Amino acid sequence: MKKLLSEFTVGESGRIVAVTGEGRVRRRLFDMGVTPGATLVMRKKAPLGDPIEITIRGYELTLRKSEAACAEVEVL
Amino acid sequence: MKTFALAGNPNCGKTTLFNALTGSTAHVGNWPGVTVDKREGLYKGGESNVKIVDLPGIYSLSPYTPEEIISRNFILDGKPDGIINIVDATNLERNLYLTTQLLETDVPVIIALNMTDEVEKAGEKIDESLLESALGVPVVSISALKNKGIKRLMERAAALPASRKGVTVLQDALKNEIAVARAYYENEGVSSPLFHAVKLLENDEIERERKGAKEAVAALNSDLEAEIADRRYRYISSNLASAKAGAKKTAFTKSDKIDRILTHRIWSIPIFIVVLFAVFHLTFSENLLFLNGFTESQGWMPALEELGYGDSFGTSLLACFYDGAVFSPGVILTNLLNLVLGYISDGVSALIGVCGGSAWVDSLVCDAILGGIFAVLGFLPQILFLFLGFSVMEDTGYMARIAFVLDRIFRRFGLSGRAFMPMIMGFGCSLPAMINTRTLADEKERTATIRVIPFFSCGAKLPILTAMSGGILAVFGVGNVDLITLSMYLAGIVIAVCAVLLMRNTTMRGETPPFIMELPAYRLPAIKNLLRHLWDKAKHFVKKAFTIIFASTVIIWVLQSFSWNWEFLLQDAQQLFGADPVKWQSLAEIEGLVNVQTDKSILGSLGMFVQPLFTPLGFGSQLGKTFGWVFAVAAITGLVAKENVIATFGALAAVVAGAYVDWEADEVATAVAMIEGTGITIPAIIAFIVFNMTTIPCFAACATAKAELTKGTFRWTLVFWLVTSYLAAAAIYTVGSWWWTLFIWLAVAGAAVTLIVLRNTGKFDVTKIFKKRSKK
Repeated sequence: MKKLLSEFTVGESGRIVAVTGEGRVRRRLFDMGVTPGATLVMRKKAPLGDPIEITIRGYELTLRKSEAACAEVEVL
Repeated sequence: MKTFALAGNPNCGKTTLFNALTGSTAHVGNWPGVTVDKREGLYKGGESNVKIVDLPGIYSLSPYTPEEIISRNFILDGKPDGIINIVDATNLERNLYLTTQLLETDVPVIIALNMTDEVEKAGEKIDESLLESALGVPVVSISALKNKGIKRLMERAAALPASRKGVTVLQDALKNEIAVARAYYENEGVSSPLFHAVKLLENDEIERERKGAKEAVAALNSDLEAEIADRRYRYISSNLASAKAGAKKTAFTKSDKIDRILTHRIWSIPIFIVVLFAVFHLTFSENLLFLNGFTESQGWMPALEELGYGDSFGTSLLACFYDGAVFSPGVILTNLLNLVLGYISDGVSALIGVCGGSAWVDSLVCDAILGGIFAVLGFLPQILFLFLGFSVMEDTGYMARIAFVLDRIFRRFGLSGRAFMPMIMGFGCSLPAMINTRTLADEKERTATIRVIPFFSCGAKLPILTAMSGGILAVFGVGNVDLITLSMYLAGIVIAVCAVLLMRNTTMRGETPPFIMELPAYRLPAIKNLLRHLWDKAKHFVKKAFTIIFASTVIIWVLQSFSWNWEFLLQDAQQLFGADPVKWQSLAEIEGLVNVQTDKSILGSLGMFVQPLFTPLGFGSQLGKTFGWVFAVAAITGLVAKENVIATFGALAAVVAGAYVDWEADEVATAVAMIEGTGITIPAIIAFIVFNMTTIPCFAACATAKAELTKGTFRWTLVFWLVTSYLAAAAIYTVGSWWWTLFIWLAVAGAAVTLIVLRNTGKFDVTKIFKKRSKK
């Protein structure tokens, strides 16, 4: 099953299929290791529901839901 | 002398290594054009000295942030003899991503594998030689914090070959594409052709702007960006990550446990408020841990005088720590410094007397120059203490979590969660707050934040609030001092929020900066690094105090002490008041010269000249010619330092009320004298407070803003402060005096908002109107 990273619930894990978005955001996502093929775990949401925290490539990354919506992820 | 560049991810121990390498030889400057620290130093541990240039922390060599552009330019054009690439061994995968890009340049590279001790503690092991043979460049394990392996690192760095041929991990997969792009750069005679070629394939903006570059790769697949990033990571995980062996990460590390509490769904915000309160309390409180009760009536600790301590050096020293209540560390340090500064001032004064200097020399040197400089220096301990608290929060990794928790709220105003810290620091002092905006990545966000920092009323503005609201209570019998003070603080915040919204939609318009940020593992702060950091700040601050503040205090003193025909206006206090023993006693026998003729001074006449400008604010022409100019004068002297506003009132009280009021002893009395003498109304007093709170801040803050802002924006920042304070104060005065004017203000604000919205949605173009007019 595929869905956007922004739709993930806490504790779910998945493998990234595709990354879209405007040049600067997309580039930044790539540089931080959010690339097709990478696996991730959704760690938690901020107290106000946004941004979210994920574990990817062995470290913790935080990003907003709007930016997480750029990543299409296959749920594992 | 050889030059090495230090490159690596943020938070990988780069600063620690730089400090360990360069010791006391480091100096800080700015990279030209941008406000990113440029730090250089000498490594003297080897056979010959080596220059070390510390590049900003980066994740990649993309062209999007100033840090990345600076690093890229230095590596490619700065002609370093080598790059020392620091790699955090606890996070090999992401750190090596930058390494794969550095290896594509022709510059020699050496890898400093940092924090290997932490990896071993976690039960893992990294095979240094395996990594070295896979990467093809020297790899040296070090511990920057414990100063281990640094000598070996520098020995191997010194032995690096003079040049290297760039290699890429993409060679197998994108052989043909790279060959095409590379041929173009080699044809152009560019150095590091491989690096440029790969960047061009990544659709890098800088490379694509190059003449002929786009055409050279036009025939190739145009979207290789995702593939290249992916291949880099894939290469790292399959070829390099194998160097790391041992236990896998356990389900919950210590860091995770701390994190669960600090970013808890319900408790995170209360915890944050407590931490923030603790930092401010330790810095500013004169009643440590509320040992002396929460309200004044609960106080049980006796003052030193009540305990029978007389005047002596011992008593003064003791009074730095305790006097009627236990002080916080920040206040204790301030008191100690002020004690020393007081002795210096007395000593200089005595020296002038011995040398036969006249009273005016004493007034200029001690009261004006030393008084001005010391008043600013006196803030230093608290500024540094506040900085220390915030640095600890930053270094432990807590600050990143705060940004994570608060981002949602700040995004509404077009800012990121990081902007919160500098704003809240503004309540203490604008200077460290403005410097702290360096943590904001986006230049426009930074400018907007620096501009609103003064609206978060700092410690020096507090006396204006308490004295004036005390005056309102005393004269009109209205209100409550605490309530008025608190609402003024809130008014400042509201104005700041409105100003940010306005700027982010007009001049400082831009996308809300992306918030894609690493949350570093929690770590204990390195005390040595913190102290070095503070020392840099202190040096910077003292330099400023002795140049700008020095000049400004002299100018204000001259303007205040002389009339237009250079008549000296200061008079000896004893000659003036000594005849009336009762009054002389009540003034606590002030010493030296006092100014009771400010109305005749140059400053006084300047005040009278600009007085009409303040009419819409309630403290202009309507107050009459006789004394109406006092508020204008106070606002002018407030530009040097906000403490001056009430001090000026103290000096002017002599003119207005016909009696010298000791303003230091009784601030409210001076405010009362001003209010009664001029007949100013309550709305106008409030407008006066708001004007002083939001107008151009003190000279020290202006100097900091100038240094922190990009070139050319400072002028507009001054205009912004003037316009904002003028409009805010005018609105408060008019609405407070005539309630129906509220509707006019609302209508104007509504029209302005509509215009901005229409313009931003593209339905209305201001430039078109002007074009039409010019055609006619």
